[in-house]
Amino acid sequence: MSLSVRIIPCLDVTDGRVVKGVNFTDLVDAGDPVEMAALYNKEGADELTFLDISASVAGRETTLDVVRRTAEQVFIPLTVGGGIRTVEDVDRLLRAGADKISINTAAIARPELISEIADRFGSQVLVISIDARRARTESGFEVTTHGGRQSAGIDALTWVEKACELGVGEILLNSMDADGTRAGYDIGMIKAVRAVSKVPLIASGGAGSLEDFSAALDAGADALLAASVFHFGVHRIGDVKKYLNAHNYSVRNTQSA
Amino acid sequence: MIAILDYGSGNLRSAQRAFETSGKEVLITSDYETALNAEGLVVPGVGAFAACMQGLIKVRGDQIVRERFAAKRPTLGICVGMQIFFARGIEHGEHAGVGMWDATVEKLNAPILPHMGWNTVRPAAGSTLFAGVEDQSFYFVHSYAAKVSVGAMPTLANHGEDFIAAIEDGALTATQFHPEKSSDAGLHLIKNWAQTL
Repeated sequence: MSLSVRIIPCLDVTDGRVVKGVNFTDLVDAGDPVEMAALYNKEGADELTFLDISASVAGRETTLDVVRRTAEQVFIPLTVGGGIRTVEDVDRLLRAGADKISINTAAIARPELISEIADRFGSQVLVISIDARRARTESGFEVTTHGGRQSAGIDALTWVEKACELGVGEILLNSMDADGTRAGYDIGMIKAVRAVSKVPLIASGGAGSLEDFSAALDAGADALLAASVFHFGVHRIGDVKKYLNAHNYSVRNTQSA
Repeated sequence: MIAILDYGSGNLRSAQRAFETSGKEVLITSDYETALNAEGLVVPGVGAFAACMQGLIKVRGDQIVRERFAAKRPTLGICVGMQIFFARGIEHGEHAGVGMWDATVEKLNAPILPHMGWNTVRPAAGSTLFAGVEDQSFYFVHSYAAKVSVGAMPTLANHGEDFIAAIEDGALTATQFHPEKSSDAGLHLIKNWAQTL
């Protein structure tokens, strides 16, 4: 009896539609975020993450509507990230029904945003999303911006420690080196971040084989986020959970409640 | 009719939808009379103990909870909505709660906090709340909890140490986890509660 590891599919949403495509045959409309959310819930997802990649104000408004419709139909925790710059942005998303929000670039530009959000809504709603890669910094890992194309000029572990001090409730660690490779999570990076933080850690970037998932847990991750392996049906969520359960990791029992 | 007490800023719409799956009519309200007389009352809660308690007092929620208990009308507290039913909470200083149960809500001793995610529970013997979902997991998000059994039927869970995950004390029920975020198991539990109304 213990806390289960969480498997979290991530959906990129723009102008109210899921992008990056999905190839599930049992969907009527693979581009509809609400339908995708409902399917992932049925398959045993422990949480859902929407990443809003809309470029326009109208697109962001549409995302609020997507969050609203999802929260009213799918009863598992929902995290929303992308384009959040102010406490007001957070307020709007929480009011629409998001349980947690994740911030990234805005916190790098203005770290006080972390404490402003934590003070008003509590640390439990706040996920710091960190796009990191290997580099010649003090710890060997640095923070990047622009999808990993630019260095933010900050050591990744220094940033983790600062974000924790300012009051984040959870860390989403994206490896920019591993992202999209399906060659495995960056195990060294997960271990390094785990060693300096005491809040839950979500590993992201690089999931390919079933062994990759258990390796990230062994390195200290509490939750595993993946996008393409789920969207393209390389693995079903149930298969990942079955594998982890068989290898003595605690997973949520989703059999007929 | 189930009333969900609106005394803060959180989203109650998805909770409303979750409780509606029980087949009951569900209303979001901050009105004293409506909350007092509803067949069932849900007291949600997010944020810090003191802020929640302040919000509750503003709509006379503390009085509503006491009067409903005396009149044997079912009330369900969720997460911080459960925590403020206790005598006191130690979160950024000591603060008084509604005082339905004489115990203190304090920080969990665990290596990783918040306790965030799905955990199993050890249901109290004879629990009606957990009937049919005894071995299921529920979604928790909290760093504080009551750790001392208060006599009422306590259901325990463990994160670093044992804490009270749910209480069934006559008309007063509470869960530290979020049934409205706990997928099918949570909806089953909500139905169990709604059937006692």
